[in-house]
Amino acid sequence: MTATEERPATEIGASRRRKEDARLITGRTRWTDNIVLPGLQHIAMVRSPFAHARITSIDAEAAKAASGVVAVITGADIADEQGALPNAWAIIPDQKAPVHPSMAVDHVAFAGEIVAMVIARTAAEANDAADLVDVDYEELEPALELKAAARDEVIAHPDLGTNVSAVWSYDSAESGTGGDVEAAIAAARDGGIVIEEEFRQQRLIPAFMEPRSIVVDPTTEQMTVWSATQVPHFVKIFIALVLGIPESKVRVIAPDVGGGFGGKLQFTPEEVLTVIAARRTGKPCKYTETRSESLMAAHHGRDQWQQVTLAANADGTVTGLKVELIADMGAYLGLVTSAIPLLGAFMYNGIYKFPAYHIGITNVFTNKTWTDAYRGAGRPEATYAIERLMDELAARVGVDALEIRERNWIKHEEFPFSTVSGLRYDSGNYEAATAKARELFGYDDLRAEQRKRRESGDPVQLGIGVSTFTEMCGLAPSRWLGSMGYVGGGWEHAAVRMLPTGKVEVVTGTSPHGQGHETAWSQLVADRLGVAFEDVEVLHGDTQVAVRGLDTYGSRSLAVGGMAVLAAADKVIEKAKPIAAQLLEANADDLDFSGGRYGVRGTDAGMTMAELAFAVFQGHKLDGSAEGCLDADATLDPDDFSFPHGTHLCAVEVDTETGATKIRSYVCVDDVGVVVNPMIVEGQVHGGIAQGIAQALFEEALHDDSGTLVTGSFDQYTLPAAPDLPTFETARTETPATTNQLGVKGVGEAGTIASTPAVVNAIVDALRPLGVTDVPMPCTPYRVWTAIQKSASQEGSRS
Amino acid sequence: MTRITVKVDGSSFTDEVEPRTLLVLYLREQLGKTGTVVGCDTGNCGACTVHLDGRSVKSCSLLAVQADGHEITTIEGLATNGQLHPMQQAFHEHHALQCGYCTPGMIMQSIDLIADNPNPSDEDIRLGLEGNLCRCTGYQNIVKAVQAAAGAAAPQASAAGGAQ
Repeated sequence: MTATEERPATEIGASRRRKEDARLITGRTRWTDNIVLPGLQHIAMVRSPFAHARITSIDAEAAKAASGVVAVITGADIADEQGALPNAWAIIPDQKAPVHPSMAVDHVAFAGEIVAMVIARTAAEANDAADLVDVDYEELEPALELKAAARDEVIAHPDLGTNVSAVWSYDSAESGTGGDVEAAIAAARDGGIVIEEEFRQQRLIPAFMEPRSIVVDPTTEQMTVWSATQVPHFVKIFIALVLGIPESKVRVIAPDVGGGFGGKLQFTPEEVLTVIAARRTGKPCKYTETRSESLMAAHHGRDQWQQVTLAANADGTVTGLKVELIADMGAYLGLVTSAIPLLGAFMYNGIYKFPAYHIGITNVFTNKTWTDAYRGAGRPEATYAIERLMDELAARVGVDALEIRERNWIKHEEFPFSTVSGLRYDSGNYEAATAKARELFGYDDLRAEQRKRRESGDPVQLGIGVSTFTEMCGLAPSRWLGSMGYVGGGWEHAAVRMLPTGKVEVVTGTSPHGQGHETAWSQLVADRLGVAFEDVEVLHGDTQVAVRGLDTYGSRSLAVGGMAVLAAADKVIEKAKPIAAQLLEANADDLDFSGGRYGVRGTDAGMTMAELAFAVFQGHKLDGSAEGCLDADATLDPDDFSFPHGTHLCAVEVDTETGATKIRSYVCVDDVGVVVNPMIVEGQVHGGIAQGIAQALFEEALHDDSGTLVTGSFDQYTLPAAPDLPTFETARTETPATTNQLGVKGVGEAGTIASTPAVVNAIVDALRPLGVTDVPMPCTPYRVWTAIQKSASQEGSRS
Repeated sequence: MTRITVKVDGSSFTDEVEPRTLLVLYLREQLGKTGTVVGCDTGNCGACTVHLDGRSVKSCSLLAVQADGHEITTIEGLATNGQLHPMQQAFHEHHALQCGYCTPGMIMQSIDLIADNPNPSDEDIRLGLEGNLCRCTGYQNIVKAVQAAAGAAAPQASAAGGAQ
């Protein structure tokens, strides 16, 4: 399919069409649910309909007697076997958490928690029998609202005695990165500006398109586990640790994986239980969730309440920022549930020069589905707060939203810049990105149109939303992660092998599920080794092939994993040098490597990598002084994060009579450093923006008063469809990162982080003349209309 | 069990099926047509879209017995003699997929869409794909791909009397 493409002058920066597509557009795919093995048994889960209850009895006799049923397993049956699911990130040493069983034994803490499983010959028989499992519950009052939960009004886990898992804070005065925020706020109350806001980051559902699925084959020497996961290496380690199986006896394969967005960055109850089912029955077992199960029981995201105070001088120069937030963990701690607010804690100051900063985080349990990473993980919440605040500040000062930002942002000549939250931004150029976005957007013309509509009292008002974001990504530095209480590291591993026929095998520890690593990593290696793009094969997602790795999340794959690939390629080039010297009968110092060939300086003599690979395969002419092998491994652990940034501008039309919002135009200029494949980067930005807009306008996981998920199907949990979204205009500036050899930054989460405040700022901007200063997300027509009515009645009562 | 005979991607099959068997499960589990996938259980996502007698249907919303005597084309039956269907080629060319899970349904629906409306506007395409959800792409490149495939097919269609 690439035959018609012209060979690009350089692989780095070429919009290579993706290698992955060949199987994905023809249906020759390898989804986990496609896997069928001899004697395969199917699992159906029985899940609690109650958010909080005691299990008083389970009668599985009818289910056990049903046609095709091999076994019915309850929590009591495996209480000693199932271990506890791990939380890998204690944000404080004495973080509190309930034991997290894969299958509830006597207490259920959210609706959807697994209480039994049926193993049967067919999926239909398993599902039929699951309906026959009779579970008696004694309902308990559920803790549902996070602020009430923080006050311990109702306790989600009575054994724990409190809902508060951890209280964490960062203070710039205490840490020596800035001044005292209380002093700054006090000073601003006297002649300056103090803005106090509360924002609700509603609960979202990652809603990857491929439901999770697991197949376990216990009949092989190594137990083989296929899982629709982002993190096969994590799953391998945790199966070993949780179930007491030697790590060397477990092989985990993430075949084609249909999206993740953080939602598949997890070690799940379903994985543990499928392993147990296979281990107990000695036969291969499969579990594939339904969409309803996925929405209810795969981890959710966001769900934070933020109280923010911004202090500024009268001219709009920011002087302090204080954040108090409560984060809903849901019923349990997943892998990194506890650290999601922490990943935002360093980003509230955004791109601005705050002299003082304080954040306090309270993590609480409720009787809802547990939360964890969802695209952006903490950083969208932080970015939303600061970007909403900057718009409010602009309004208070009476200047343009872009101008207030320019007064406060870090200027490009000020990099590297140490921020008030203790990070070191290595590079950036906010002026350049903003100037470009402003022009593409037609900012001044839109402002002019806005003025006209305001003056004429047009029922359809125009709003312009600004979001000038940055983020920390490329997780990453193991030392930083360790200092924050994370048990794992952030390095990445790669191997590059020259094969005898001149082809190149690349093994990566990253685990793509839509990001196009097979293509982009091929470009990296083709560029570095001077081989053809088509001659590079990228292997991933199988712990027996990619033995070491830390997988894909946190916009880390290129900045960490891709750089490990380059490091391995560089080692191959180094290893080839003495071999080339021997074969060319030259001094190694006289060799130059260029265009995939070692040449003897000043002569025509030389050998290509392919020729060297074959000579190494033969070994005939090697004298043994250098290792006869053109394979290399590399492990890479960056010194720091990467800090992509950008300016997103959104124009909305809001019908003030109905509350309906229409996005009229959306322009973004992202700076993700050096770009390997612009087509893939643009695609990531598109998808990211779509998910951020979805938070702003459409999506919310809602529970009723009993703790039942109301938005339990795609009928109610409304992902945006094609007509709901506009065409985005994307562009880039390119300020290379200085923290990796290629100058790349992450892009996976950028669009999602940037777009939510751009949209809500636009809506508020449209309605500001009506007295509206905030609209809670998602900004549905009803909520927009309500905000308009509320401010109208306040205006009325004031006049 | 009920006996059905269907033609799928050019081959005929006669099978005994449980009357409750969904068409998509029959395709996947009995015929091994795993290119067609299941993304939801409420008919919202469209990942399972196939063609029944040349028109798109969500194969999760039909019973296998309803397909008795009919001809079905799945994503696996689109390419002929190793040549991709123009819509498949357009999805590749315009990066209209990322994880690829919605792609089979998206391609099948897009082919139906331009068969109905050979010269769609971008808005027509967005409306025509409303029943197919994608979580990765934000739809922009899908619209571009369908537009490109429509542009490529339109002159041919009039000459050959139909794109199908």
